[in-house]
Amino acid sequence: MSDVALALGGASFDGLVRIEELSGQGMITLRGDLTDKSIVKAVKDVFGVTLPGTRETIFDGANGALWMSPDEALLLCPYTQAQAKADELAAKLAEARALVVNVSDARAVFRLKGALLREVIAKLAPVDMSPEAFTPGMVRRTRMAQVAAAFWMDDTSTARVVCFRSVAAYMFGILSNAADGASAVNHFAR
Amino acid sequence: MLLLTCPYCGVAAEETELHAGGEAHLTRFGPDSSDADFTSYLFHRENPKGVHFERWRHVNGCGKWFHAARDTNTLEVFGTYSAQTTEPPKDLLGKIREKRPGFRWRDIA
Repeated sequence: MSDVALALGGASFDGLVRIEELSGQGMITLRGDLTDKSIVKAVKDVFGVTLPGTRETIFDGANGALWMSPDEALLLCPYTQAQAKADELAAKLAEARALVVNVSDARAVFRLKGALLREVIAKLAPVDMSPEAFTPGMVRRTRMAQVAAAFWMDDTSTARVVCFRSVAAYMFGILSNAADGASAVNHFAR
Repeated sequence: MLLLTCPYCGVAAEETELHAGGEAHLTRFGPDSSDADFTSYLFHRENPKGVHFERWRHVNGCGKWFHAARDTNTLEVFGTYSAQTTEPPKDLLGKIREKRPGFRWRDIA
């Protein structure tokens, strides 16, 4: 198999948080009725996770499912398995009203690691990032500065941000800027 | 700043996450309709100072269209509701009547 060509070649930045472009993230878009039992079962068979409730995430190791809208989920798995899993799921759902597409190469993923990640995200997105309002286990589709993005927290000091690959450089730029070492606000620490 | 709660994903989204879609509950008149109906569908819009019903799209979010009822004068939001309807829900209308007695919007009062 050919090497994965990342949008930014795995760029990273150290500031208030460590920002890193992730390689090896497989992403599959599933559209369909997320409460349909046959769809839920097919996802469970292929990815080992059930489909999440509104704005929730479900993870099982490297596999996961993110709620994107009432009829859309983003399924996560290792990049190398993405196409095979997408094909397998599509075959299982051939009779169902559902669409399955491997979008791994159409997206860029950044990992934010550090205690101040809430602050870095809050500078860019119109989302209440206070620890009471946004917790690990939630996903939020929104905008960051001027581009569409989705993010979720894996734990209290790690988050992943997904955006379109075509705006990866912009996303890395705004994230790095918001994480500039001299720009700490310490809002959520208060 | 306008905050509308998307009925599909439950997010209290602010204006920059949304896209305005114009007046709600228009009846579309197509090629075989009368000139008067077509003109009215195409051009005639309510522009009230007060209660208004609008379509909005949660564009930087779940992507869904929905309806919102609000006051264009005070920016008070009375409520949001599903796009899969041709008229505002009864409980919402009751709430608006209570807050704005005597309001009139097209043939809704």
